[in-house]
Amino acid sequence: MILDSWGRYPQAIATVLEPLDGPALRRLLKAHASEGKIIPRGAGRSYGDSALADLVMSSRFLDSFLSLDSDNGIIHCGAGVSLDAVLRIAILNQLFVPVLPGSKFVTVGGAIAADVHGKNHHIAGSFCDHLVGFNLLLSSGEAVYCSESENTDLFHASCGGMGLTGIILDAKLKLQNVPGVFINRQSIVSENLVSTFEILEENNTSTYSVAWLDCLAQGESLGRSIIFLGNHASNPKFEINIRRGINVPATTPSFLLNKYSMSLFNSSYFNFKKLLHKSDTVDYDSYFFPLDNIGNWNRLYGRNGFLQYQFVVPSETALKSITEVLEKVSAAGKGSFLSVLKKFGKANKNWLSFPQEGYTLTLDFKREKSLFPLLDKLDEIILKHGGRLYLAKDARMAESTFKQSYPNWEKFLELKKSIDPENIFGSLQSDRIGLTGEKDRKKNKDGKKA
Amino acid sequence: MKILIIGATSAIAKATARLYAETGAELFLIARNEARLEQLVADLDVRGAKISGHLSLDISKTIGHKKALETALKSLEKIDLALICHGDLPDQTACENSFKMAQKAINVNGLSTISLLTIFADTFKSQGFGSIAVITSVAGDRGRQPNFVYGASKALVSTYLQGLRGVLLPHGVHVLDIKPGLVDSPMTAEFEKGPLWSSPELVAKSIVKGVSKKRLVIYAPGYWRLIMMVVVSIPEIIFQRLKF
Repeated sequence: MILDSWGRYPQAIATVLEPLDGPALRRLLKAHASEGKIIPRGAGRSYGDSALADLVMSSRFLDSFLSLDSDNGIIHCGAGVSLDAVLRIAILNQLFVPVLPGSKFVTVGGAIAADVHGKNHHIAGSFCDHLVGFNLLLSSGEAVYCSESENTDLFHASCGGMGLTGIILDAKLKLQNVPGVFINRQSIVSENLVSTFEILEENNTSTYSVAWLDCLAQGESLGRSIIFLGNHASNPKFEINIRRGINVPATTPSFLLNKYSMSLFNSSYFNFKKLLHKSDTVDYDSYFFPLDNIGNWNRLYGRNGFLQYQFVVPSETALKSITEVLEKVSAAGKGSFLSVLKKFGKANKNWLSFPQEGYTLTLDFKREKSLFPLLDKLDEIILKHGGRLYLAKDARMAESTFKQSYPNWEKFLELKKSIDPENIFGSLQSDRIGLTGEKDRKKNKDGKKA
Repeated sequence: MKILIIGATSAIAKATARLYAETGAELFLIARNEARLEQLVADLDVRGAKISGHLSLDISKTIGHKKALETALKSLEKIDLALICHGDLPDQTACENSFKMAQKAINVNGLSTISLLTIFADTFKSQGFGSIAVITSVAGDRGRQPNFVYGASKALVSTYLQGLRGVLLPHGVHVLDIKPGLVDSPMTAEFEKGPLWSSPELVAKSIVKGVSKKRLVIYAPGYWRLIMMVVVSIPEIIFQRLKF
């Protein structure tokens, strides 16, 4: 079948395997290993080609909980369990998930493979920093338990390893005690990038912080933003939110998103928020997952799909490099509906994890031919300032860009060769960025749409 | 709520059990595959259910039915809802060419459910309340060329339920016939999926709603009622030539 991920670009011809349990997964792995590269896939919420390959091993039916130790807050679940499901169980037991990315529909396996981060990275680190451990099925068919103390190298390679070391079967996650599940939100308006940075720095002790940027504002207003700070409100009522969202029923024509409509949206959003109350208490769903409320929002970008461009740059050069990036985007007349700026805390020990100390900016672009040269230029700026791109969002970065910005790639490759010498596990992305060779490729030689 | 689920490891049953688990329901589960059943028990326990017991049983062999239901009733004490999600999609061509295969398919999808219903009818009559919900299929609404053996066995159950509903009405027992459309589950792994396909989770939501509102026949998702209305209204003289 033709398969794509959340950005709907690129597309690949893939055979999707949906094992019902661990033994079935082993059987499928053995039976299909010779047919092409295999990549594990969770909810398909990564944006580009990291979950695309000739054969895709879906964790859809590995969605069971195995146990809950509520005294110690440790939950053990299959790789296909969604964070939404984990969150529900956590809340039923007066607990919370320590790291939540922008969508609750991602799976635990996917969250580990991409070592996802949330609005509290500056305080809590990323998802894998809260893992007790996981069982990983290797290409040999052997399952090994990986944690900070057992199979340590394999643990640090697999956390953020984009599914290239093996297939995560199940994982143990440490949940967190919080005073309540409602969030006290404070919204602060910032008129330019300098003040945006200042506000984020000043509020470093807020549990959650994120800035929505008007990426089309130019000149003195460049980088104007609304900063949303959040802290758990003390409230003994632990209740699961049930929200009725809206759904985008079909792909909308992409011409609806142009620089005029984007500019209108961005400036009206900015001015609208500016007028509104400065602090309020909201439920966790609206604070963490505003976009989950719009089902299939990726369809708004039209049938060509879109690219999400997320990078991190070190604090020292952040102001300069982000200014450069915003100017380039603005000059190219490309808009982004959602431009999100976030301060990261220290990097962890995982070899290919994205976060490093500094600032991360996320931009969405509808896919069009003229976009790719612009993104190449942005890559140059980011590399020059010691930054890098997020593999879970990437669909196009060059091998040299990856290798220059992820210094542990050689160490990763060495380990990969020792546990998966035939490159049974690999994705379109890993081929592109030089972590697996193209030569074993059976299908998808031209899988990527031009 | 005290619930007995038969065929508990099927995708639709699992999704439905999870919804009930969140409400803290007490469950007794019966399914064939012991390992998957035990996995499901652990899962539902974490999700908030009270598991009163579970039993591994091959439902297609009717001989164990009575004892199994007695065990379940003993464990639950009363049954607010008995959900039967038991069945298997047979190979139509094989069934057409061999009566043995057809017989097996009709036994699994039709007769074994009738056996369960016979025992339930008694239990629920003496209990004087509760719901019996059975998953049949839109395939039972009309015999179509690609799956009429499956369809016929589901039609058998649907027709049986219509009569049973009347018999149990004076006893305060509610009978629900659930007719799912195309559901993307392990049972249909071999099919190419299109826009009409829905998920077990969506069907589960319809079931929970159908039970609580005491509906009599539900299509899941609801738009299948319209689709089947059209399919049923096609004159036989034309229908005989349709291959879908």
